[in-house]
Amino acid sequence: MELPERPSPAGKRVSLFATCIVDMIYPQTGMAVVNILEHLGIAIEFPLEQTCCGQPGFNAGYRNEARQVAAQFLRAFKDAEVIVTPSGSCAAMIRHEYPGLFADDPDLLAQAERVAAITWEFTEYLVDGLGITDLELSLPKPASFAFHDSCHGLRMLGLGQAARTLMQHVENASIYDLNENDVCCGFGGTFSIKMPEVSSAMLQNKIANIAQCEADTILTTDVSCMTQMNGGLKRNNIPKQVRHIAEVLAAGLPTNTLVGLPKDKTQ
Amino acid sequence: MKVNANNFVPMFKVNLQKQDVQEAVHYATTLAYHKRLDAMFAYGQEHGEALRQQAAEAKRRALRNLPDLLEKAEANMQANGIEVLWAADADEANRMVVDIARQSEAELIVKSKSMATEEIGLNAYLEQNDITVVETDLGELIVQLDGDTPGHLVTPAVHKTKAAIRDLFVRELGMEPTDDAQEMTMAARQHLRRIFLSADLGISGGNFIIAETGTVCLVTNEGNARLTTVLPKVHIAIVGIEKIVETVDDYATLTQVLPRSAIGQTMPVYTHMLNGPRRADETSGPEKVYVILLDNGRSRIYDSTYTEALACIRCGACLNACPVYRIASGHAYGWVYPGPIGSILTPLFTGLENAKPLPHASSLCGSCKQVCPVEIDIPGMLLDLRRDLVAEGLSPQVWDWGMKGWALAFSKPGLFSAGGTAARLGTNLLGQNIPFTGAWTNSRDMPEFADKSFRQLWQERSQEAYQKGASDE
Repeated sequence: MELPERPSPAGKRVSLFATCIVDMIYPQTGMAVVNILEHLGIAIEFPLEQTCCGQPGFNAGYRNEARQVAAQFLRAFKDAEVIVTPSGSCAAMIRHEYPGLFADDPDLLAQAERVAAITWEFTEYLVDGLGITDLELSLPKPASFAFHDSCHGLRMLGLGQAARTLMQHVENASIYDLNENDVCCGFGGTFSIKMPEVSSAMLQNKIANIAQCEADTILTTDVSCMTQMNGGLKRNNIPKQVRHIAEVLAAGLPTNTLVGLPKDKTQ
Repeated sequence: MKVNANNFVPMFKVNLQKQDVQEAVHYATTLAYHKRLDAMFAYGQEHGEALRQQAAEAKRRALRNLPDLLEKAEANMQANGIEVLWAADADEANRMVVDIARQSEAELIVKSKSMATEEIGLNAYLEQNDITVVETDLGELIVQLDGDTPGHLVTPAVHKTKAAIRDLFVRELGMEPTDDAQEMTMAARQHLRRIFLSADLGISGGNFIIAETGTVCLVTNEGNARLTTVLPKVHIAIVGIEKIVETVDDYATLTQVLPRSAIGQTMPVYTHMLNGPRRADETSGPEKVYVILLDNGRSRIYDSTYTEALACIRCGACLNACPVYRIASGHAYGWVYPGPIGSILTPLFTGLENAKPLPHASSLCGSCKQVCPVEIDIPGMLLDLRRDLVAEGLSPQVWDWGMKGWALAFSKPGLFSAGGTAARLGTNLLGQNIPFTGAWTNSRDMPEFADKSFRQLWQERSQEAYQKGASDE
């Protein structure tokens, strides 16, 4: 990985970057992150000025538009000490692309480099940032899981072990292998609607692998991948689901500490 | 070769329906992908990554010094008795080959595999000039006999099943029907042996040219490059100018990563280092050797921001790793070079307007970059080409407007929240029947939107905590 080293986030206040999709569609994922961090006694805040990392525009070739949205991110997080986000692809956008996006403006470039150096994807924050390997969780009922390795997280951020490490010690969780777990689900952001036939063909392979997997639930670090895969599973009547790992981990917390999660989403 | 890359999506859909192509390509690419992992990392992860870095450095240095190295290569090849010609474009290269063929009175030419010659359409040009040319790489032979074009950089017949090849050999070579791969290969061998022994001229490409020694380097598994370049009286090598490497040591590095990255071999069956025509005391070898150094757009790419694309050693690892290529297979990409590297080379060589879908024919999963033996940042260049499409006005206008609207709404928290509320209400009311979302809903269900956004939940929570705190006092 050519990404620069980051200072340790231990002991620092966390500013949560929920991401546009979590904010709009999957708030329970954001709440799960909040629950876990509060359980660990970490001070967490949510800068209300945040919107989106700008990746959709960047992905589609619209650099000016992406920059416009990314500039709002810089404004929202200008006072952040550590930024944690439940999305490998958004973290990769910030860490990998922000400096290039603002290369022409020294002041914004400095801000971009600053946020790039303090941004952590959720699982790597816990495992690599804080050194936590066992959250001492216990799921209410036995459940089976396998991992889908989201591409940006795996290849751009070097994630992969963190999610597995966190699930390793969870009581009542059985972990299975997913065939072709590191092959792209076909979402690719704007790719999913710019090249829908290609995206769907890749999705067909992925859901065939999920259907044959022994686990009932597939875990991912990205709700974008999750949306693609669940969309395909539902359409094809495959009775399995993909969930963000934060929600499953939060389900293992002592229930009287949970806030903001609808009861039925904790199973 | 004519470019048809703007038809990527329709051709993708055609290939998607061909069950035998799907099975053949999936099998071959995933096999090669896993064999590469075993071969590249036989001595551990660190060792394999260090080897990649070493190979990347060798190619980057060669590119940095390319102008000097080309002159050095020419001088050293000439000292070896090789005649060096410079072809600015495809036409010039083709004419040079025909001129040499005429001078040598060559009627039958044998060819070992060369993607550069596919690029310039050499075979068609030779046929037009009544010169017979026979492909001797087994995959290329299959493709030539079938009136087809290669579907992969390294394994040209990847899209053909054994059954299809069997039928082809029965029809074209008079082979006795058999499903045994060895017997089928023997049939091809016998067919080609007669041709090799009567060929007047041999044409090859070049995997590398070592500037330090003026050596043309080739690799094959069938041994066809040996028979192509040694048996006939004349040998012509057509080599892109980006294939020059500086030293024998650099070649040693690259010749380790090439076969491992391509199909997981530690060495190909045959490795050739050609240092010119037959010497006075040698009993075999051609009497005359020509190297045609081909530009055909390479120096233009060299001067652009996409120089790195010229580091490619044509191993095909990116094709094997690519989830899109595994389904699309080569012909969907519409030109000589398919897969991830092809999605960059085709617009760079033939013009972005002739290959508009290709920079978008990728989910940017990054597998290609992960396997590239010379660490080409393919996803980065695809993103740059997408930027170029927009900058050159080649992006659909509905996207221009849509993105401007998106940028406005997503850079203002108030608008963003309002938009989110509207989206939630809309999906809850309309379910799966939302207008303009056909691209998604044709094959996938829409997600369930939650009733409240995260920021709403957060603000409510903060309110509760504040009120609780106030009432505790």
